[in-house]
Amino acid sequence: MWIRSTLTYRASFAMTLVSGLLLTGLDFVGILLMFSQVDSLGGYTLPEVAFLYGLAGMSFGIADLAIGSVARLGTRVRDGSLDTLLVRPAPVLAQVAADRFALRRLSRITQGALIFGYALTALDVHWTPEKVLLVPVTVLSGGAIFSAVFVAGGAFQFIAQDAAEVQAAFTYGGGTMLQYPPTVFAKEVLRGVTFVFPLAFVNWVPASYVLGRPYPLGLPEGAAWAPPLVAALCCALTGLVWRAGVRSYRSTGS
Amino acid sequence: MGPARLYVAVAVGGFRRYATYRVATAAGVFTNTVFGLILVYTYLALWDERPHLGGYDQSEAVTYVWLGQALFATLALQSGGMETDLMERIRTGDVAVDLYRPVDLQLWWLAADLGRAAFQLVGRGVIPFVVGALLFPTALPHDPVRWLWFLCALVLAALVSFGIRFLVALSAFWLMDGTGALQVMMITGLFCSGMTLPLNAFPGALGDVVQALPWAAQLQMPADLLMGKTGALHVFAFQAAWALVLLAAGRLLVTVATRRVVVQGG
Repeated sequence: MWIRSTLTYRASFAMTLVSGLLLTGLDFVGILLMFSQVDSLGGYTLPEVAFLYGLAGMSFGIADLAIGSVARLGTRVRDGSLDTLLVRPAPVLAQVAADRFALRRLSRITQGALIFGYALTALDVHWTPEKVLLVPVTVLSGGAIFSAVFVAGGAFQFIAQDAAEVQAAFTYGGGTMLQYPPTVFAKEVLRGVTFVFPLAFVNWVPASYVLGRPYPLGLPEGAAWAPPLVAALCCALTGLVWRAGVRSYRSTGS
Repeated sequence: MGPARLYVAVAVGGFRRYATYRVATAAGVFTNTVFGLILVYTYLALWDERPHLGGYDQSEAVTYVWLGQALFATLALQSGGMETDLMERIRTGDVAVDLYRPVDLQLWWLAADLGRAAFQLVGRGVIPFVVGALLFPTALPHDPVRWLWFLCALVLAALVSFGIRFLVALSAFWLMDGTGALQVMMITGLFCSGMTLPLNAFPGALGDVVQALPWAAQLQMPADLLMGKTGALHVFAFQAAWALVLLAAGRLLVTVATRRVVVQGG
């Protein structure tokens, strides 16, 4: 329904898509500005950074398209309109995700794919069948990991009702972080986003394999194929957290 | 009530309005700290590659990052101030009521916005800045006079920031829907104020252009003043000149728009 309503105003949709493309492309312009002054950042060249950026961008775009509406859950908890969703005979999470499903979020995926395309043409990678297969696996797993982060953030909003910005710090902050090479960050930060909050598997680890770079934190060789497992684990854990969140919901006025 | 007391009351109201949302403020502090951390690491890598880029050493680049995070909400660099409220009042026509009131439209919103800025500086700006200064080596002056000048520069920066956002909000008189104007403001706010990269590290002619634009008065100029890169007189003159131009343009636009409202009202 939300797709059809969006497509009714074709010109407006095209405008938001284009301006969305410009807005989401801003952080890459920032990276280009940095590379106008240097040849490498943390030892990575511009095409390599673009490769990381493209992978993270597409994954984030998939998650944002599928489940990004969860970010507004805090508003629904605050004004009590979540009640309406709870009495309907459909999973709450599916309803929250479909609520104001914004097709304009396609611009994020498009932009990620464009930068990724540039990286592919500019990079000098020796492609093997494994590496080719790893790319779609990585993008889908990354999308699942980011989705889990979005849902976990949504569950957090059941408790802290107007803390949407905390969620933004993890989703958008995580997305921004992955645009840069892992070599830029301190060891403790890397440990945090690998073992505690496994964002490193969205792009850093598999990209290291494809680009022939040393793995962050000296992870074992097989770690490049871990993203689907990590994604499954994240989704399972998030499912539990989400259930706990829904159960703790007490509507307004009580 | 005297006019001065009225505007002070409006400013206090602006301060209180934002002070009400404590959890949201804490969440904002957290977000600014996280983004500051990410930016600090990328800047350190950048300055590792090009020491003295833009005339900064590493500790100065780090200081710049945390100043940016502290002033991001204070100066509403990417919007987030009065402009959305005013746009909504223009779109719905409520602004007609405001124009009938015995107060000056521009001064009223300026007072409310200064109150908001004061709260955001204390509530959202100080903590990320302190956290940043504790975690990384920074280049902060010990001279209290420099801090005093910096605070003066912040007041002028708040005036410039309001001047820009007031103009953007008034565009709603002609455009009706402010989404496009706000999006443009987000882009210019991010790049031209130097949130992405210090303006003095921009390449070539682009750097000269952005440093002459009013956005430079908001983050770049106060930061350079605090770190002793430019003289106070130069900074104040630049900021005051842009503030005057923007506020005068705002006044002019209100007069023009008021005539339009009368025509619309029949």
